[in-house]
Amino acid sequence: MTSHTAGRDRSRGDARAHLAAAHAGKGQSPLVRIALFSLRHPWQASFAIGATIVASVLQLLIPRLLGHAVDQAQGILTTAGEGAEQALFWSAMTLLAVSVARGVFTLLQNYFSESVGHHVGYELRLAFYDKVQKLSYSYHDKIHTGDLITMGLLDLDGVRMFFATGMVRVVLLSVLIGVGAYMLLTTDVVLGLLALSFVPFVAWRSSVAQLTLRATWIALQDKLSGLTRVMEENLGGIRVVRAFSAQDFELAKFDDASRAALELSHQRVDVRVRNTSAMTFSFFAAMGLVLWFGGNKVIAGEMSVGTLASFLTFMTILQMPVRQLGLMVNSFARASICGDRLFSFFDEPLAIDDAPGATDLVVGEGTLRFDDVHFTYPGATHPTLDGVSFEARAGQTVGIVGAPGAGKSTLAHLIPRFYDIDSGSITLDGQDVSKVTLQSLRRAVAVVQQDTFLFTTTIENNIAYGDPWSKETKIEKAAESAQLHNYIMGLPAGYDTVVGERGVSLSGGQRQRLSIARSLVLKPAVMVFDDSTAAIDAGTEHRIRSAIRRYAKDRVTLVISHRLSSLLHADTILFLEDGKIVEQGSHEELLALGGRYRALYELQTRPVEDIELGSAAQ
Amino acid sequence: MSATDQDDRETAAFPGQRPPRASVGSHRIEEEIFGKAYDPKTVRRIWAFVRPYRLKIYLSIGAVLVFTATQLAIPLIIGRAIDSGMTQGGNSTNLLWAVAAFAVAVIFNFGASFVQETEVGKVAENVLFDMRRAMFAQLQRVSLSFMDKTEVGRLMSRLQGDVNSMQEFLETSVISVGDMVLLVGIVVVLLTLDFRLGLLTLSTMPILFIVRIFWLPPAKRAFWAAHETNSITAGAMAEGINGVRTVQNLDRQKVNFDLFDDKAYANLRTQLTGSRFAQVMVPIVDSLTGIAMAIVVVVGGSLVLNGGLEIGVIVAFLFYIQRFFDPIRSLTMQYSIMQRAMTSGRRITEVLDIPASINDKPDAITLTRDMDGSVEFANVNFAYDPDRPVLRNVSFKVKPGETVALVGPTGSGKTSAMALVHRFYEVQSGAVLVGGHDVRDITQQSLGEQVAMVLQEAFLFTGSVFDNIRYNKASATRADVIAAATAVGAHEFISRMPQGYDTILEQRGSNLSQGQRQLLSFARALVADAKILVLDEATANIDSYTERQIQKALLILLKGRTGMVIAHRLATIRGADRIIVLQNGEMIETGNHDQLMAQGGLYAKLYNMNYASFDDIPDELVAEANARAAST
Repeated sequence: MTSHTAGRDRSRGDARAHLAAAHAGKGQSPLVRIALFSLRHPWQASFAIGATIVASVLQLLIPRLLGHAVDQAQGILTTAGEGAEQALFWSAMTLLAVSVARGVFTLLQNYFSESVGHHVGYELRLAFYDKVQKLSYSYHDKIHTGDLITMGLLDLDGVRMFFATGMVRVVLLSVLIGVGAYMLLTTDVVLGLLALSFVPFVAWRSSVAQLTLRATWIALQDKLSGLTRVMEENLGGIRVVRAFSAQDFELAKFDDASRAALELSHQRVDVRVRNTSAMTFSFFAAMGLVLWFGGNKVIAGEMSVGTLASFLTFMTILQMPVRQLGLMVNSFARASICGDRLFSFFDEPLAIDDAPGATDLVVGEGTLRFDDVHFTYPGATHPTLDGVSFEARAGQTVGIVGAPGAGKSTLAHLIPRFYDIDSGSITLDGQDVSKVTLQSLRRAVAVVQQDTFLFTTTIENNIAYGDPWSKETKIEKAAESAQLHNYIMGLPAGYDTVVGERGVSLSGGQRQRLSIARSLVLKPAVMVFDDSTAAIDAGTEHRIRSAIRRYAKDRVTLVISHRLSSLLHADTILFLEDGKIVEQGSHEELLALGGRYRALYELQTRPVEDIELGSAAQ
Repeated sequence: MSATDQDDRETAAFPGQRPPRASVGSHRIEEEIFGKAYDPKTVRRIWAFVRPYRLKIYLSIGAVLVFTATQLAIPLIIGRAIDSGMTQGGNSTNLLWAVAAFAVAVIFNFGASFVQETEVGKVAENVLFDMRRAMFAQLQRVSLSFMDKTEVGRLMSRLQGDVNSMQEFLETSVISVGDMVLLVGIVVVLLTLDFRLGLLTLSTMPILFIVRIFWLPPAKRAFWAAHETNSITAGAMAEGINGVRTVQNLDRQKVNFDLFDDKAYANLRTQLTGSRFAQVMVPIVDSLTGIAMAIVVVVGGSLVLNGGLEIGVIVAFLFYIQRFFDPIRSLTMQYSIMQRAMTSGRRITEVLDIPASINDKPDAITLTRDMDGSVEFANVNFAYDPDRPVLRNVSFKVKPGETVALVGPTGSGKTSAMALVHRFYEVQSGAVLVGGHDVRDITQQSLGEQVAMVLQEAFLFTGSVFDNIRYNKASATRADVIAAATAVGAHEFISRMPQGYDTILEQRGSNLSQGQRQLLSFARALVADAKILVLDEATANIDSYTERQIQKALLILLKGRTGMVIAHRLATIRGADRIIVLQNGEMIETGNHDQLMAQGGLYAKLYNMNYASFDDIPDELVAEANARAAST
């Protein structure tokens, strides 16, 4: 446990620095930002680059040494006899030493460049996760979750690998090609040029191939996700498929999607093979030329066999890295695109944040006040809330009704500051919600949402989500109040039952009850039910409400519901229309008023069907 | 905070301790890697998929052999060129021959690699798509009871992940044939060129084999750990994104950040360990290459000096050494790929072997539009699980054109009764008759065409509004679709959408309200134009305005059709020609509203409780009403 804790403290200490670094350098080009971020590990980065240089030079020495040894063996450089054997032995030992050293330095090069990449990946993941959690509802409203996940996985990978596949590879290729070319050209210009003749062609083909493959890869992923969607929707909606006997239709849909993906896959195979074959061919063609011209030089006595052999081995050594030049070009292209997306995400301003000098909310009595609140969603032209004022005191229940789009949920979301209002004020015990710390505010206000998100963990942990330090007794009490305890006890694993994406699936009503229990654990001063009992039957809902009243009678409760029976016991009911409160009063008062509330009430009760039958017949 | 608040909370034992009841994402991933590398039964099944492409596979193996031969020949040719063509002052005819041989080898090399890579790559893709299609087609036939029990996510991972590892296996296995031949070839060539020198040089090969045998198991574990922690971290991240609203709502950001940090950090550690394992092989292979080269230089060199060997052979040897260890490396990797492929292959076969429990009889008849449209349950007994009967001896008949409401408390068997009309499941005894024919004597296809079904949850597909309404009724024109949408009252909101009927519905219509989705599924049923309509009314509380529209649409939908409606709303129930009350799988009352009210049974009791819907009535009140109904 202790070693575990040490790791935690360390990472926590550094986390702030990582986040700051990820946000630094706004306005600079993404590649510069990636480079600077990677160089936050100066020692590892220098080791990686230093080792790359040494390893490449050692690698280039090998053909030289081999050529030398070949000449020695042929007895050209020394006269035959004891001395020659001795010289051969030393050549061999040098070769061995250089090979071992090259291996060790290659290890260092690869390990340290990967290590920088993994560290960068870790730090960016932290910064990314932090940013996701901090961005407000308005940001998450406009972005697809799938796009965010792609960014956190693929874009982050592209950035993480840039050091190893981009920066280090530039060094490696510069040294290998630069020094290699120098060595070849200083030995023999013509033969050197011939030996290097394949380099530009291969570099070009490999870059084109990689860029084409990357472009088609993106297109292929698109096609494949279309195919995935067909399969997923088919399996998820299997009852609809069977109900319409649409199996053949679905298979045809699958075949269309499948064929499109397959064709693209085949195209990619063609691109890959055409280029690799052409690259190999050009390499061997160059080798054939070197063999022919070099061989003639040997015959003419202008060159030794060893030198020719060293030319040929040079070429074999250069071949692989030159082919990988395309990967490097691709790495630059990818890092630049991915980095741009990722860093723009980091640069996204936080719409909702603590005001400067914000203090913690102090809940005393617990009075919630809306005072002439106006709110328009970003990008919308029509205001969603248009001058809403009301007051709810501790112990009071306020019901909110209205047609869809009247602004009911929006009203609920403004209290914990998921969005900021345009004008007016929302206060809790006289403290403006925009002037207190977000943390203290959200602890005091619990919104039970329409859709319940279940985390992949035990029921117990899901209920304790807002306060993971809760003791079992508290969790069970909350579950009892939410009328969920008996159901949980009936499960084989009880409170340890894993729910969520990979666990047991709960019905809509059970999910909503879990969500209520989750909020009860927090003992909030203000509780908002945002149509959160729609899937719970009326009787259970009634029991939940009485339990909640017992559990904490001194809180403010806001109930948004389509079902008027849920609101019968509210102290006040607000009827919202087009962002305005148009009727206000108790159930009896509003019925007596004979306005919109009454019309809605009548719509929901018995006489409706007669109206319906009549109107349909017309 | 008050003292009582502290009582029900636990306290940290040391600073930085993570809360006891908190986690992010999941702690494990559902994959397995360690298993048999060869399983004849699975291989036979895989071969069935490869068989149609066998000529191409043989061609590729042939190409691989040619390719390998050229790889072996090139160093030899260079060696010969040096020995026979490059004597100082000699003539270049021999050299020319050698270079010509080299050119021939290179052309063969080019052609062979082209053929092999193209064919293997394409065949592997084809097999992958064929396998996926076979599984998908199988899933269209398997019984719904199987689908009910199986998670979509689990099936998807078979359709995706498993076929991918099969593809990897197919691509690499042809190449490993080449690797094996290359390995044998190098050994043979080296020993033939010079037996002593060859033997000495080859002595480094077993060392690498031994090293890799010891290295592989821990390395595989390290790579697996890195993969596993990576998936876990990615899972936690995805959860954080999907649940971000709840996280902010419940103020869990700080706790989650620390927990995520733990996971990401664990991944960093395992990744670094994995890197170490991967990279440690580099100096080992390089050192062995160095030793092999040193042997050739010292031993071979002295042989040349003594005139026992030609210099070209040395050069050839040095070339072979450069390629020496590649096949060993890829062959040992192939073992892991095969393990993975066998596991995947087994899982794929499992899906293919799920029996399709409901099949058409060989002489099944086709139900046509001119059948009378009646539905009859004759002494039907049905259960998903033999110990818990769902329907008990249920008999009733729905006359052509009649609308019958099925009513009853949750668990009374309404939904199952409806599923049986469509033969989603087989009855245990008795029979369900549609148009006078036992559903087991009718082809499932024609049954589906004559019985339209609207489910409680409206399910929409990604695609345009038009495609969703038309669905598989290919004969429906645009005018038909618009007419249907107008009839159910969906035309107005569809027209207001940005591209009208061509608007693409994102993520199963999440941009529509629940009521709107319901109306679209009504329109879909209307376009299907079946003689019989089976409908499960939505229970969820839709706002009253849409609700009204839906009620109207329902009447349109039922006009001129035989209707069986699982009704939740009193309005719907009262509109029906006849009501069937089910309880605990038994039909206890039947008649129209007035008759049932006069009977004063369960229906009348429930109705008098004044609830807007039968499903709203709490269980204990139902029990109470039952007791009262029983006592009267």
